Amino acid sequence: MPVIQLQQIHRDFQVGDQIVHALDDINLQIDAGDYLSIMGPSGSGKSTLLNLIGLLDRATSGHYILNGQDVTALSDTEQAITRNKTIGFVFQSFHLVPRLSAAANVELPLMLAGMSVEERRSKVAQALEALHLSDRAEHKPDQLSGGQRQRVAIARATVTEPAVLLADEPTGNLDRKSGLDVMAILETLNDRGITLIVVTHDAALGQRARRQLHMLDGRIHREEQEG
Amino acid sequence: MRTRDFLALTFSSIVAHRLRSALTALGIAVGIAAVILLTSIGEGIHRFVLQEFTQFGTTLVAINPGKATTAGTSMGVFGTERPLSIEDAEALRRLPFVRAVVPFVQGNAEVEADNRRRRVAVYGAGPQMPEAFSMAVRSGRFLPADDPTAPRAFAVLGSKLRQELFGDSNPLGKRITIGGSRYRVIGVMESKGTVLGFDLDDTVYIPAARALSLFNRDSLFEIDVMYREEVAVDTVVAGIKRTLTARHGKEDYTVTTQQQMLDVLGSILNVLTFAVAAIGGISLLVGAIGIVTIMSIAVNERTSEIGLLRALGARRSQVLNLFLGEAIVLAAIGGISGLGLGIGIAWLLHTVMPSLPVHTPLLYVVLAEALAVSIGLIAGVAPAQRAARLDPIEALRAE
Repeated sequence: MPVIQLQQIHRDFQVGDQIVHALDDINLQIDAGDYLSIMGPSGSGKSTLLNLIGLLDRATSGHYILNGQDVTALSDTEQAITRNKTIGFVFQSFHLVPRLSAAANVELPLMLAGMSVEERRSKVAQALEALHLSDRAEHKPDQLSGGQRQRVAIARATVTEPAVLLADEPTGNLDRKSGLDVMAILETLNDRGITLIVVTHDAALGQRARRQLHMLDGRIHREEQEG
Repeated sequence: MRTRDFLALTFSSIVAHRLRSALTALGIAVGIAAVILLTSIGEGIHRFVLQEFTQFGTTLVAINPGKATTAGTSMGVFGTERPLSIEDAEALRRLPFVRAVVPFVQGNAEVEADNRRRRVAVYGAGPQMPEAFSMAVRSGRFLPADDPTAPRAFAVLGSKLRQELFGDSNPLGKRITIGGSRYRVIGVMESKGTVLGFDLDDTVYIPAARALSLFNRDSLFEIDVMYREEVAVDTVVAGIKRTLTARHGKEDYTVTTQQQMLDVLGSILNVLTFAVAAIGGISLLVGAIGIVTIMSIAVNERTSEIGLLRALGARRSQVLNLFLGEAIVLAAIGGISGLGLGIGIAWLLHTVMPSLPVHTPLLYVVLAEALAVSIGLIAGVAPAQRAARLDPIEALRAE
């Protein structure tokens, strides 16, 4: 069953008096539990595609169906609610709030959703436990290593149990070993059923995915599928 | 989002920049302290002056000789005005709404008793003076209701004069000399203290007709009429004017109601309180600018955090409220500190200088804190709106 369907998606940007086609007629179907990588040089539209899937952006034309619901024309607020419930983000630069502890960072999406303190506490504890961060719960981000920070970010992205996990260069700021650790964690989550989409320009990283999209000039240039 | 979480998140960012937050709040605190302190002093003076004026009661009308012109009240000595006489006072007494009429003459004379001499203010008054001016007799009695034109030579002493002349011995029935004439002491007044600079205790009261001849005058200084509370003041003034104009042939006198005096005084004092509050308001404006500045910096610094919150599912309204809440909390903390500071200084001033009247009405305290919160709200709107309008993708890219 497809969790994401993109139909004839266009995304145009006005740059000066020129119109740039960042996404040019994208048709894509991603099944639940898929492991997909999006590769391509910078400016190929891979980040735009990720932002669009993550409901941070809106298509100029076309249709986007997420979990069976047409989300193309959602209002700002509805987009925010849907993001909170169905999508988890992992960023290259972690994006942890520096003044909050690891646990408080993980708690943020639940807090924004208005969940009760008791319910939150057990979910946060579980998420930290799953990523072997229980003993780091009260540490501030600047007291954690890069790998630990990205694991906190993953805990935060998964604490809401989203259907889709979007990772934008998740290993870009990590050393090789930590990067491999993080990829292993993301893949374990995928094994348990989450739909994983990784954007990267690192071919070696992209090749780990079962489906590999290569983008060029706003189009899906090539698709490879394993097995 | 729950209120508790909202507050926790707001406080976390305020605490994260302790020094900066404290300085910003200090800007508001100084403004609120200035407003509270200045209005406390203004209100204290307001109350003090009004109290001085109303201690004689508010149902009084004063009649002075001479018509008031733009240049003020004529003294009645010059010009063609007829003098205000004891008979005028007696005529007013017959008006239906009148409770008391006090003819009034003032001068200075030497008072002598048992070889002690003292130069004091001598008040020529009528028997109803204690009633009209809410004064009390401590011992003996006040001047009796004699024939107003030929009263007996009785005198009533102010408490301080009595102490000066007689010490601890009983003055009642003693003979004293006032300006060469002999009087018998029949009473001593309760202490009344100083009213607007006049010591009402270092004085002696004698019948008005005797004071007129003592000071060789033909006109009273003033006639004070105390009227019944249920009667409208306009009726009273009209009645007085009808009677006196009939007797004098023209309006060569001035009628002033206590209410007129209080109204003028009150409006002057209100302007005073408002003016000092406005001066304090200027420092509040500076504090508000501080909040706008610091919140704008905060939005710039935390752009990527705003992007993150939006990615995690924060609505624009939630981002708006977070930054607005921060500005309001900063201002509210400043406001509370300012209240403490202002009330503390006011209290200290009052302790060091007890003569300086200071009064802080609770309403002002509540209003000042509400003002601080409103300033936070207004100052926070523009930065918070900017935060809420940020494009999440752009914001996430900022680092």
